[in-house]
Amino acid sequence: MQRRTHLSLDPAFRWLTLTGGLLVLTLVAAIFATLLHGSLPALKQFGFGFLLSQDWNPVTEQYGALSSIYGTLASTFIAMLIAVPMSLVIALFLVELAPPQVSRIVGGAIELLAAIPSIIYGMWGLFVFAPFMADHIQPLLSRLSPGLPFFTGPPMGIGLLSAGIILALMILPFITSVTRDVFAMVPAVVKESAYGMGSTTWEVMRKVTLPYGIQGVVGACFLGLGRAIGETMAVTFVIGNRHEISASLFAAANSIASTLANEFTEADSDLYLAALVELGLVLFGVTVLLQIAAQWWLRRTAKRMGAGR
Amino acid sequence: MKKQLTMRLLLGALALILTAGTAFAGKTINGAGATFPYPVYGQWAYQYNKETGVQLNYQSIGSGGGIKQIKAKTVDFGASDAPLEAAELDKEGLLQFPMIMGGVVPVVNLPGIETGKVRLSAATLAAIFLGEITKWNDPRIAADNKGVDLPTLDITVVHRADGSGTTWIFTNYLSKVSKTWSEKIGNNKAVQWPAGVGGKGNEGVAAYVERIKGSIGYVEYAYALQNKLTYALLQNQAGEFVAPTSESFQAAAASADWKNAAGFYMVLTDQPGKTSWPITGASFILVHKDQANAATIKEVLTFFDWSYKNGDKIAEKLDYVPMPKNVVDLVETAWKKEIRSAGQAVW
Repeated sequence: MQRRTHLSLDPAFRWLTLTGGLLVLTLVAAIFATLLHGSLPALKQFGFGFLLSQDWNPVTEQYGALSSIYGTLASTFIAMLIAVPMSLVIALFLVELAPPQVSRIVGGAIELLAAIPSIIYGMWGLFVFAPFMADHIQPLLSRLSPGLPFFTGPPMGIGLLSAGIILALMILPFITSVTRDVFAMVPAVVKESAYGMGSTTWEVMRKVTLPYGIQGVVGACFLGLGRAIGETMAVTFVIGNRHEISASLFAAANSIASTLANEFTEADSDLYLAALVELGLVLFGVTVLLQIAAQWWLRRTAKRMGAGR
Repeated sequence: MKKQLTMRLLLGALALILTAGTAFAGKTINGAGATFPYPVYGQWAYQYNKETGVQLNYQSIGSGGGIKQIKAKTVDFGASDAPLEAAELDKEGLLQFPMIMGGVVPVVNLPGIETGKVRLSAATLAAIFLGEITKWNDPRIAADNKGVDLPTLDITVVHRADGSGTTWIFTNYLSKVSKTWSEKIGNNKAVQWPAGVGGKGNEGVAAYVERIKGSIGYVEYAYALQNKLTYALLQNQAGEFVAPTSESFQAAAASADWKNAAGFYMVLTDQPGKTSWPITGASFILVHKDQANAATIKEVLTFFDWSYKNGDKIAEKLDYVPMPKNVVDLVETAWKKEIRSAGQAVW
């Protein structure tokens, strides 16, 4: 009798999961179609030049996405540059070196960080972090690197560099907690064998723990990347919102998400609105491209490093 | 015993809420638009609700949003800081009228310099926002500020990052006083700023100016007061340096010729008069001339009529300038003449 119920439930469950899967696909396709449809006027007006122009002029209705694309990629790059090594170090510390008590407390704190809403990061960034940047970090960087164009200009505290650092703080807990779980899954017997062969802690981490979990680590990094690239409120608060590319990281910039957050409500002409929707489409495209690159890289590293497993 | 009392109290409260709910149900006015007059509309609505039970639901989504919503007829009225031209009003079948006036104020962050001590001429202000003047000790600024010890700081311009009626009023002024500005940049709710950083909302600009040394921005007067920002004096059309006060806004508004303004299209920037504040603006209400439901529009107009007649005190307390009596009469005449429901006048 019980067997029969199982049999009759099975196809129903299969259908349920299939519908769920298809729903996700339909949603992605629908979002793409809506963005494409909404941006048609701008696509027609500016064509490919939209991606290459730095103009953003609501008066003459000239729109280009270059400064927003640059700001999005640059702030994300800075964030990854800081967050990835720090996350790895923290995760390795928590798994390999810290006493269990400490590991539990620090781990909990990191998960707590992940739960803070982005608007709080933005406000903290503007009211606390930006003045600190302006008074201490930026003058120091300028002094340490005379002649470098990255650290020039008045120290305002806000700008591309500050946005990147805030983003780094925001994605740090995500990457850390996933990498920690990945490292924790390395079988103790493998590590113990390495120790048994006389390896130092450093060698075990570098040659055993890291290669074993590399796939998970890369996955965690792309999770963080995905969050950084679309982050809106925190970036809007500290990036300075300026449609211009500057060599200096102190200068104000903008990102696609911050431009949308700032200008969507007041975009009153059809072309303006279409240009903003097209920015959304560009962000969609950038995210898809990054996902593809991520998958490709993941497979490659898995092949290369997984061989030793 | 105690439990019973609490229970009875609770039941009583519940009954009160229920009866209150039914008494006020159904009478809600829906509006959306400009953020600049939101504080005063909010106060008016609160007071009006206490007196009449009618509720005002105002969404401060910005002027552009307000215009879009009223065109789509999703709200009973729209609100905008930038007036629509008569031609566009006719095309959409909209009636526009001014509700309240206020001023836009340049605010600065100059360590050691008190509020109202820095004087800026129209040409200097334009040159700063054009990015032509980049240091506070520039001779063009110093020329108007004898005896003020201006620092060698870099100037950081702070403007709005979002589209805004405040920006519309500010760039309208700069376009009037600077030929370069009107040719290169122009007048809109958002423009391609030649210099500086962008803050979101009046509060965003205020926050940036407070934090960046050597910065200059522009905000609604109320925000400058609330945040205790250092404002600068501006030179008006008559050549006098004036401070932003309710009186100087009123002086700018006084010379406006509302009678001959088609569709109440009126911009109050760069007005004549010795005491006029040069960057003054009005905030407008938009309603459809042809109304399907006479009762709804009656409710809306009754609220605005009440606000014109009873809202002065509240407006002045919040540093806005109420509309003078003669303008209110003009507006109410327009209501009588132009707003129709099934061919009948509703006011």
